[in-house]
Amino acid sequence: MANLDTALPPLTERSTILRWLRKNLFGSWLDSLLTIVGLLIVYWALKGFLTWAFTAAEWRVVSANLRLLMIGQYPIEQVGRLWLWLAFLVFLTGTSFGIWARQSRFAVGVLMLPAVLALVFPFEGAARTWLLALTVIGVAGWLGGRTKPEVLKRSVIAGWVIALPIIILLTHGFSESTTGFWAVAKTNLWGGLLLTFLLTVVAILFSFPLGVLLALGRRSELPAVRWFSVLYIELVRGVPLITILFMAQLMLPLFLPEGMTIDRVLRAMVGITLFSAAYLAENVRGGLQAIPKGQYEAAQALGLSGAQTMIFIILPQALRLIIPILVGQFIAVFKDTALVAIVGLLDLVGIAKTVLAQPEFLGLQREVYVFISLIYWVLSYGMSYLSQRLEERLGVGKR
Amino acid sequence: MTHEAETIITVQDVHKWYGDFHALRGINMEVKRREVIVIFGPSGSGKSTFIRTINRLEEHQRGKIIVDGIELSHDVRNIEKIRMETGMVFQQFNLFPHLTVLQNITLAPIQVRKWTKQKAEEIAMQLLERVGIPEQAHKYPGQLSGGQQQRVAIARSLAMQPKIMLFDEPTSALDPEMIKEVLDVMIELAKSGMTMLVVTHEMGFARAVADRMFFFDQGQIVESGTPDEIFKDPKEERTKLFLSQILSH
Repeated sequence: MANLDTALPPLTERSTILRWLRKNLFGSWLDSLLTIVGLLIVYWALKGFLTWAFTAAEWRVVSANLRLLMIGQYPIEQVGRLWLWLAFLVFLTGTSFGIWARQSRFAVGVLMLPAVLALVFPFEGAARTWLLALTVIGVAGWLGGRTKPEVLKRSVIAGWVIALPIIILLTHGFSESTTGFWAVAKTNLWGGLLLTFLLTVVAILFSFPLGVLLALGRRSELPAVRWFSVLYIELVRGVPLITILFMAQLMLPLFLPEGMTIDRVLRAMVGITLFSAAYLAENVRGGLQAIPKGQYEAAQALGLSGAQTMIFIILPQALRLIIPILVGQFIAVFKDTALVAIVGLLDLVGIAKTVLAQPEFLGLQREVYVFISLIYWVLSYGMSYLSQRLEERLGVGKR
Repeated sequence: MTHEAETIITVQDVHKWYGDFHALRGINMEVKRREVIVIFGPSGSGKSTFIRTINRLEEHQRGKIIVDGIELSHDVRNIEKIRMETGMVFQQFNLFPHLTVLQNITLAPIQVRKWTKQKAEEIAMQLLERVGIPEQAHKYPGQLSGGQQQRVAIARSLAMQPKIMLFDEPTSALDPEMIKEVLDVMIELAKSGMTMLVVTHEMGFARAVADRMFFFDQGQIVESGTPDEIFKDPKEERTKLFLSQILSH
């Protein structure tokens, strides 16, 4: 029998798992001891949580308020507009995956996500249909991108460029009348994940170019530009984001002419953007400093102007170097938007507080906060994972 | 050959200081069209600094440099004009690592000379043929050997169709077996009639194609002459000593 055992190839999977276990967890008696103690600690720590999550927790607070958590008090009549831009985004994402990430299993997973969500979470009938439709649209885009990558490239890039204006326009609405599908949805009705998403996207998209400009300004040979950049960066980095948000909400009106108001959501967007730009500027500066002097000299010797040198030679290399830091900064922006809850906006955290203020859901903080933490985690990890893939893709030709 | 004797670079009493350090102490030089000049000397003698003043990678603080009829001054337009007419090859190659070989070569012609992409790529491919590595066009610099990288760098400079080529120790960072492939390209270029200023210790190259040689020491030109004069009958003690040092090994 022993001979037979050695002659037969072992089940590869089982044997690798066993080998892994032996090598990493039970290599010596000390390792074994540590493993057992470690497992006990994990069990002890998670037992309470798991028992709570599956028996005691009243998840109905989440399911009953799912809509609030997702979009706040956004008018029901106009929710279709949000689905429209979401469909547009998913289509662009699907097509882009089809063109630039043909082999990626991750891409397929992302496109399946809406359908999975529809099946797992208790969405209303219409929402469920929309989610399933999103997956269909995404897969259609993916197939399109795979079959005709060269034809679609330009349109897809153009699509991404106009994506933010489209999202804002559709979310905001433009009709004069107060009712109907295209009626304006005031920003004080924007809330939940919708508001968190918009704050994050706007802050990232605007703080990035601003940060690059500040970084270049800090290295400028013109003293006025340099000193302005230094002053701005150091001032903004010297105060917490929450104070900037308070200033934007409470102080700004004092400086504006009487009768003039700026939208509160817009103020929060500007505040976060300006804050994030200062940090990004320092990150970009770090990347710029890593580029050897020879690169500037080679570009100059070829007759490229200063601006051309920056655009074609220095920035592409510098930004590629700092992708991990940039994504870290973007994730930080995403999570920092939670602070707008303190100044009274109803983002994910803000809406969670209003949900918990309803008498029937008193005392269910744990359920709500665990749920929104999960949302933050999934999206943050998604960004982080995407950046790792991107780094691998761009690693080609690195020296 | 009417312009055979025409002067293309004039350098008059050029001085340069780095803080207190007097790096160039009154350099004078006239270079004619189609001439190949070799500049050599011990490290720290100012030879690299000098060649870099000609396309203004270093600024001179006194004296005059005239390249192809344009005087180098603070006027940025003049500097850009001269840089368009002057190619430079560096010791460390300085290829752009994020661009393919072909993109490295076509970037400046497209952006600066405003050629179409098609024209730039045609000429780039011709140049890659000329330096012997057309099959590497779509690779990244990091995937090439040092000798291949330096040949791409030469092709990149030539793509701008310069009137003058500056070489700043082009073979000093190369492994011995790769020096020859780069020198062969440079010799071919010299024979094709390119005006060249070459900072190098490759005396074989100097003997083969140099019209004149300049020996630099401590920021000054100690001695100049044809390769014959320099190798067979150096006048200055310092030149003799330096030559015996680099030729003995």
